[in-house]
Amino acid sequence: MRLPVTAPTSRRHFLTAATGLVVAGLLPRHRAFGRPSEFYQGPLVGETKSPFAPNAYIRIAPSRVAGDSGITLILPNVEMGQGIYTGAVTLIAEELEVEPDQVNLEAAPPDDAYVAADMGTQATGGSTSTIFEWTTLRQAGAAARLMLVQAAAGQWGCPVSDCTTRQGQVFHTPSGRSIAYADLAADAAKLSPPKDIPLKTAKDWTLIGRSRHRLDSRAKVEGQPLFGIDIRVPDMKHATVAACPVMGGTVGGIDRDAALRTPGVHAVLMIDNAVCVVADHYWAAKKGLDALAVTWNEGTNASVDTQRIYRELHDGLSEPKPVVAKSTSDATAAMARAATRYEATYQQPLLAHSPMEPVNCAIHIRPDGADVWVGTQVPMWARDSVADIAGLPKNRVQLHCQYIGGGFGRRLEYEYVTQAAQFAKQVPYPLKIVWSREEDLTLDRFRPAYVDHVRAGLDARGRIESMEFRVIGPAVVARWEPAGLSPDGFDEDLAAAISITPYTWPASRLDYVRREAPGVVTAWWRGVGGTRGLFVVESFIDELALRAGADPVAYRRELIREQPRARVVLDLAAEKSGWGTPLPKGHGRGVAVQFLFGSYLGTVIEVDMTEPAQVRIVHVTVAVDCGQPVNPDQIRAQIEGGMIFGLGTALFNEITLSNGRVQEDNFNLWRIMRMNEAPPVDIHIVASTETPGGIGETGTAAAAPALANAIAAASGRRLRTLPLLPGLESA
Amino acid sequence: MLTVRINDTDYQTDVTPDTPLLWVLRDVLGLTGTKFGCGIAECGACTVHVDGKAVRACSLPVGLLNGRPVTTIEGIGSDPLGQAVQMAWMEIDVVQCGYCQPGQIMSAIALLRDNPHPTDADIDAAMSGNICRCGTYLRIRQAIHNAAGLIT
Amino acid sequence: MRPFPLFAAMACMTLAAGQSARAAAADPTDPGLVTRGQYLARLADCEACHTAPGGPSFAGGRAFALPGMGTLYASNITPDAQNGIGAWSDEQFVRAVREGVSPGWKHLYPAMPYQDYARMTPDEVRAIRAYLATVKPVARRPPENKVRFPFSIRAVMIGWNLFNGPASSYPDDPARSAAWNRGRWLVEGPGHCAECHSPRNLTMGVSQSHTYAGAVTAGWMAYNLSSDLHDGLGSWSDDALSAYLTTGHADGHGTAAGPMAEVISYSLRFMTPSDRMAMITYLRSLTPQSSAPSRDASREQASVTLAQGAALFAGACAGCHLTTGAGRQVDFATITGAHSLKDPDGHNLIQVMLEGSRLETDQGAINMPRFGAGYSDQDLADIAAYTLVTLGKTQPAFNENAVRDGRQRSE
Ligand code: FES
Ligand code: FES
Repeated sequence: MRLPVTAPTSRRHFLTAATGLVVAGLLPRHRAFGRPSEFYQGPLVGETKSPFAPNAYIRIAPSRVAGDSGITLILPNVEMGQGIYTGAVTLIAEELEVEPDQVNLEAAPPDDAYVAADMGTQATGGSTSTIFEWTTLRQAGAAARLMLVQAAAGQWGCPVSDCTTRQGQVFHTPSGRSIAYADLAADAAKLSPPKDIPLKTAKDWTLIGRSRHRLDSRAKVEGQPLFGIDIRVPDMKHATVAACPVMGGTVGGIDRDAALRTPGVHAVLMIDNAVCVVADHYWAAKKGLDALAVTWNEGTNASVDTQRIYRELHDGLSEPKPVVAKSTSDATAAMARAATRYEATYQQPLLAHSPMEPVNCAIHIRPDGADVWVGTQVPMWARDSVADIAGLPKNRVQLHCQYIGGGFGRRLEYEYVTQAAQFAKQVPYPLKIVWSREEDLTLDRFRPAYVDHVRAGLDARGRIESMEFRVIGPAVVARWEPAGLSPDGFDEDLAAAISITPYTWPASRLDYVRREAPGVVTAWWRGVGGTRGLFVVESFIDELALRAGADPVAYRRELIREQPRARVVLDLAAEKSGWGTPLPKGHGRGVAVQFLFGSYLGTVIEVDMTEPAQVRIVHVTVAVDCGQPVNPDQIRAQIEGGMIFGLGTALFNEITLSNGRVQEDNFNLWRIMRMNEAPPVDIHIVASTETPGGIGETGTAAAAPALANAIAAASGRRLRTLPLLPGLESA
Repeated sequence: MLTVRINDTDYQTDVTPDTPLLWVLRDVLGLTGTKFGCGIAECGACTVHVDGKAVRACSLPVGLLNGRPVTTIEGIGSDPLGQAVQMAWMEIDVVQCGYCQPGQIMSAIALLRDNPHPTDADIDAAMSGNICRCGTYLRIRQAIHNAAGLIT
Repeated sequence: MRPFPLFAAMACMTLAAGQSARAAAADPTDPGLVTRGQYLARLADCEACHTAPGGPSFAGGRAFALPGMGTLYASNITPDAQNGIGAWSDEQFVRAVREGVSPGWKHLYPAMPYQDYARMTPDEVRAIRAYLATVKPVARRPPENKVRFPFSIRAVMIGWNLFNGPASSYPDDPARSAAWNRGRWLVEGPGHCAECHSPRNLTMGVSQSHTYAGAVTAGWMAYNLSSDLHDGLGSWSDDALSAYLTTGHADGHGTAAGPMAEVISYSLRFMTPSDRMAMITYLRSLTPQSSAPSRDASREQASVTLAQGAALFAGACAGCHLTTGAGRQVDFATITGAHSLKDPDGHNLIQVMLEGSRLETDQGAINMPRFGAGYSDQDLADIAAYTLVTLGKTQPAFNENAVRDGRQRSE
């Protein structure tokens, strides 16, 4: 077999930066069209002497190739579609005064320098990236610029006030002379970083707040090898795996014969709970795996089914000793004196992440070191795990962060990296392990199922006096980062949308009953606590409004009267959606308002339910105040996409188990919203100068409640169980 | 030995004829632009052109190619229509994670080749076999309209 | 668990071996005999029924749900002495295959088509035995049959046999060509085609008056094989029939699915060209019979149903079939002209959406995924209605209840 390889060209010296990431703007229009990709080239870090590295985010070296600015930006958060590379570059470039498409990009390696305080590790998730980067990266850019200016002033023997900067150069205003940053790197490196770092005021911004093209657009539309699954290194072999389909089970025994006879298969590897077939290419590995006779010790989880999971959650409704997570002092008394009470129970399913790029990891473990090429939202943990398995010091493990083909929380887990390391240490060559979609779906770590109970105490006029919430479900944080669990055993994430909310409850209490689901591992999923909490709260508020005979928007407006930003998005969404104007028969509108991830959203969804068992989503209107917008077009993109993600999930998705095995194993059974089902989404961004909030998960959180409320409006049917479609059909 | 013609280059491979074209492209030849999403023709991530028609490479045994030429995302930019579609995609920043996009683009180009001015309904019919988990459908539809404008 | 019609399947539901019988295998070292036996085993389609999904070949364990009767599990016919047929004598094997009586006088349930297999000579059956002696022994015992009274009394089968019971190999008809006689043997003997393709009489035996007029078993319609121009094979060319029998697909006639895909996968595609032509010769001679009319009068489909069906088809189905049904990557995905698109009851269309299908070909397995658990009854009924109307130009005579029924059958 011929393995065509294009020889490395000098082009890579400025195009293919340390992680294989490519700055889109610099790509020649016709890069070797139609040719196989080059082998992954490895970091340039070693070969580049970057004299000027003022902080963890910026490196400037004299340029060696025409057209190269010599400027490299190191991006602390990983790119999985949310546009954070473009956002991060914008923030640094704004203060550094370079053009965003002038710089080389590099994904941050695992390093303490990139740890975000509130994540506890180097992590991308929870819509925190822009919040974290907002000040950090602008300061990084500004500090570097000050040093470059000082270096230039030194060379010219002039006061710094004579110098200005733009497009990667320092200009001497009186004479018009200029020096490129790259040529100042050596001098700047001798200076000590400034203590006082003034930042530009908003009126001087040229980048922030304007819609900009994504830096990764071109590379992605050309199909360049960006993702972990695209990695190719010399002598690499391809592999695929099967773990025990019942969580917690182990390999009982294997008969390798038939697998090893499959053409192209090299090896059959085994660990405690999984098997791996190594071959020349994925298909041979897959066929070998199909031929491999494995018996599993399924263990006690083999009897778990979905009904049991829900039963255990519902049992939590009568748990006499919940964790009292939040309570105002008068909560109990207020409930007791209420004139009437209204209560409801909501149920939400297990959910898979199913990003389009199936789980994969390329890894090479040698006696003296290891390389890992992987898309991960938690690079340090992933690296540490490999070091642990390989018995190597951490600094001997190089982890090369790749673009991620959709994260949604899946890659806040790194068990697939651990598993890959366990297999890779059994072979001398590099191994690229790609999970089948079936493996990816059935052995995902799932968004938990939850049961929520809400009770409102109302006064004689029907106004809320007190609210009681009971959340029953797993505490994801207890496994993910045990230190995050409060001393009395509460996962703070579960308070999102309930006690952190635009509503002001006169009195309230939040109880938590921890019930870990048997037979599955549960994990973070797009929108985390906010997605589940908002469905409960916004459904319930809607029920209260309808019960009171009030207009759902007016009812909410009254409740959030002390929250001007929330009121603005609610009113704007109502206005833009034509709230209150007549609708065709069978149509209805539903609303939701939220404060999550530091951003406010008002959402109105219109549905058509002319066919009672079906729902057609006619239109979605969103008003958003996410503070100072960095890139308005990408805010729109995230809300559009997050909304469609959330709508499809709300309508269709539920992971079910039978005999301990997950039943939904590919897109024939795990339905994803498709183009002809996706409604138009109109987005209205409120001008704001507040600190930016997160955006990547807001639309997803809004989807289910606004949709359920619209269904209630159109059909009179209140659905308290997700997903919604089965509920409509079962009537 | 099988000979497959991809992006105007002939390649020889000794894989078994049941090997789906997708894995010949990705793992044997190193043309990784074509993506693996499901392996059962349900997501469209692996869409390539065979004889100019959009097909799912994950479900096409290479032995059934019978000499028909294949075009992948890596080669489509040398086609004016392909280039127009890629331009339209960049112009409105369709991509998010980008993983599904090579398949989306190949499906879109095949559509426009047959139907240079598709309606929304035409686009939906042709593109609904391509899943985008990031939910970029609205921009995809718009980009196809824009590309149709570019090629008048 | 897999549903299967009483008497329609071909599994050897025997019990167990390990009886006191003397073990005396046919000489498995005779390569000619083994090769011949393998060919005969394929003609008789032993493997499909005697292999559990994903399990080792011939080790049994495949479940057959017999409505009203219980569940039978195919036996292990590997040479394992404890769990398979390793301890059987050749004569015991011949008797089991041809007469439905296994060692120890246990009467087999006629899910095993011994009345058809009886048309094979004892020598031919011994050749099958010789081949089976060469397959990998598997020490795995299939689950016990779960059979309701009175069927649980195996002696009941003696009575059944009196009415429907084993035929025997019968002489060639000298008035007919050698090809016809060979074809008859293939179809009526090892091929046991009538088991699925004929309606059943009151005792569940194959109807003698409407043989090959087509029948529904476990939700799947086995089509009319008679020469009827409209309902049967009368309009098929020899080339089309030949292509279908070899690959499971014929242009303009669609692709075999469900149980027929299995028959192609494990059996028919291995036929020699001359046997294939012989089979076609015999099929052509079957008296034309019209199929039973569909259950309900045709109903007009509401336009929302068709619109919804079209939308779902574009998402879930067109990836392979294209919106025109012309097929995308492989010919096997071409469904235009398929019999299933002309059946107003939508039997196979609904069943294949629920259960999926798998066809083995020289280019590997061609799979249709199952959609049952991912879509509602209404969704699947909408897709089926749309497909029938637009691609089959046929008015559907079913609604979502047909999907619900089909779902119960395939669970
Ligand atoms: S990978 Fe081929 S359609 Fe999904
Ligand atoms: S852009 Fe991420 S899956 Fe489409």
